[in-house]
Amino acid sequence: MKLADESKTYSPADVPDDWFKWKEKDNEAAEAVSRPSLSYWQDAWKRLRKNKIAMAGLIFLILLGIMAVIGPMLSPFSVREQNLPNQFQPPNGTHWFGTDSLGRDVFTRTWYGARISLFVGLMAALIDFFVGVIYGGISGYKGGRTDNIMMRIIEILYGLPYLLVVILLLVVLGPSLTTIILALTITGWVGMARIVRGQVLQIKNYEFVLASKSFGTKTKRIIRKNLLPNTMGPIIVQMTLTVPTAIFAEAFLSFLGLGIQTPFASWGVMANDSLGAILSGKWWTLFFPAFFISFTMFAFNVLGDGLQDALDPKLRK
Amino acid sequence: MAVTLWIIVTLTFVLMITIPGSPLNEERGTNEVVQANLEAHYNLDEPYYIQYLLYLKSIVTLDFGPSIKQPTETVNDLLSRGFPVSFELGMVTILVAVISGILLGILAALRHNGIIDYLAMSIAVLGISIPNFVLATIFIQSFAVYLGILPAATWASPRHMILPVVALATGPMAIIARLTRSTMIEVLTQDYIKMARAKGLSPWKIVVKHALKNSLMPVVTIMGTLLAGILTGTFVIEKIYAIPGMGKYFIESINQRDYPVIMGTTVFYSAFLIFTLFLVDIAYGILDPRIKMHKKGGE
Repeated sequence: MKLADESKTYSPADVPDDWFKWKEKDNEAAEAVSRPSLSYWQDAWKRLRKNKIAMAGLIFLILLGIMAVIGPMLSPFSVREQNLPNQFQPPNGTHWFGTDSLGRDVFTRTWYGARISLFVGLMAALIDFFVGVIYGGISGYKGGRTDNIMMRIIEILYGLPYLLVVILLLVVLGPSLTTIILALTITGWVGMARIVRGQVLQIKNYEFVLASKSFGTKTKRIIRKNLLPNTMGPIIVQMTLTVPTAIFAEAFLSFLGLGIQTPFASWGVMANDSLGAILSGKWWTLFFPAFFISFTMFAFNVLGDGLQDALDPKLRK
Repeated sequence: MAVTLWIIVTLTFVLMITIPGSPLNEERGTNEVVQANLEAHYNLDEPYYIQYLLYLKSIVTLDFGPSIKQPTETVNDLLSRGFPVSFELGMVTILVAVISGILLGILAALRHNGIIDYLAMSIAVLGISIPNFVLATIFIQSFAVYLGILPAATWASPRHMILPVVALATGPMAIIARLTRSTMIEVLTQDYIKMARAKGLSPWKIVVKHALKNSLMPVVTIMGTLLAGILTGTFVIEKIYAIPGMGKYFIESINQRDYPVIMGTTVFYSAFLIFTLFLVDIAYGILDPRIKMHKKGGE
């Protein structure tokens, strides 16, 4: 076989056929899977696991959840029990985190506060999820006039200064855990609804939705089976970021005296109670609630950031 | 804008009349005639719709009437006394937060994945995670009580301002720093930056003259949310540092069911916030010429 002379320029007609040869098509090699197939969630989990800070946050939250459940049972003291002769004991063998101005055990109260904070945070996130997904889903999917009206309503709600509304509601309904959660979610779902709407608006024009529609699938089923699973990423990220906001708001309100009321403990109440004591050097009354509020918010924030990276389909390798 | 304000106004009114208890209910019973006279004085004996109209009128004329609990003072007195202090606190906080946040973000972006980047972002995540009231108490404990170098409370001189402002500014600063960093990193990879670098401009000049404007858009976008956060943050900070601002009157009026003061402060806060949101929108339009406030012609 004569090889091409590189100094010459060939026109297509001059190229002899035997310079080319047929390569047998290897069907099996083409179909072979070169790496194990991973579902979206497996892939995201794999990427999240590589993010050390996010995993540390996750582990901290799991431990905190366990302690919130069993913590108060580990100590012989109750949340409300006062013991005045015992006030302001520094951390020691019996009172692991010390005692506060009324001789209450800070260890017990800290874990009890964890219960409240986690409960408020998770409930707020869950309610936001349901309301926001339904509202945003309908608004985005229906489009047109419905969407227009629904978005105007959201814009108005968005302009409301939310902590003012929350404070007003707390005044009317009286401070209690339910009121706090209700007050937090009454404007909180708006962010979620916006995100879901944006996603749905984008996805509903994809071909697979059209295909589903052409089979005569009902709207409800399309939203549930086609649209929602594909918007789960941003929704989960938004939920992880709602939790610290809610925890902060609860602590903030309790701190102002508008939230959970003493004798019940929440981290905000404990921080508020310790304001006077801290000036005379009783650091442990503030340190433990403050440490746990900050670390819980930190953990949720880094976990949210990690999830954002892990669930972003654009970053999938 | 007007619609939102009207909703807040109405909502405040509805919530106010549903609150159990009246400002005139004292522990000691008052003479019935006196009670009736008092109610008449504050128009509390009128039907609700009349009260509502009177209330709307007071808002339109910007005259919120006398406080019920401190009859010698009008709501306007309280507002004009408290607002300048709160405004000063808020403005200084915003300035500090924006300037330090942007600087921190730029430094982190220029040294992407370097030590400064990690340091700046650690500060930022901590800033987001630690609630301002915790920070404020820690500051008092360490700088005022332990070291004794700064005053612990009140609002008299610039030295008094340092602790409350830093405590309040840390959170917004952290958010701004993170946003600036991420957009700045993205902007710095674009072609026109490469071009500027090829021209031989110094990195600092590239950032200030070319990259900064484009990476500030997201920061402007969240300014509204940050403003609202700083505004409510002032309640707590004013409480901790005993600063005689509006937040103090707001919380007090709620606890005392002082209707005119609650309404006055709520409406004032909301109007102020909505107005600043409006300003942010305008600033947005000026900064980014691609956004037009209203559709012009049929392009």
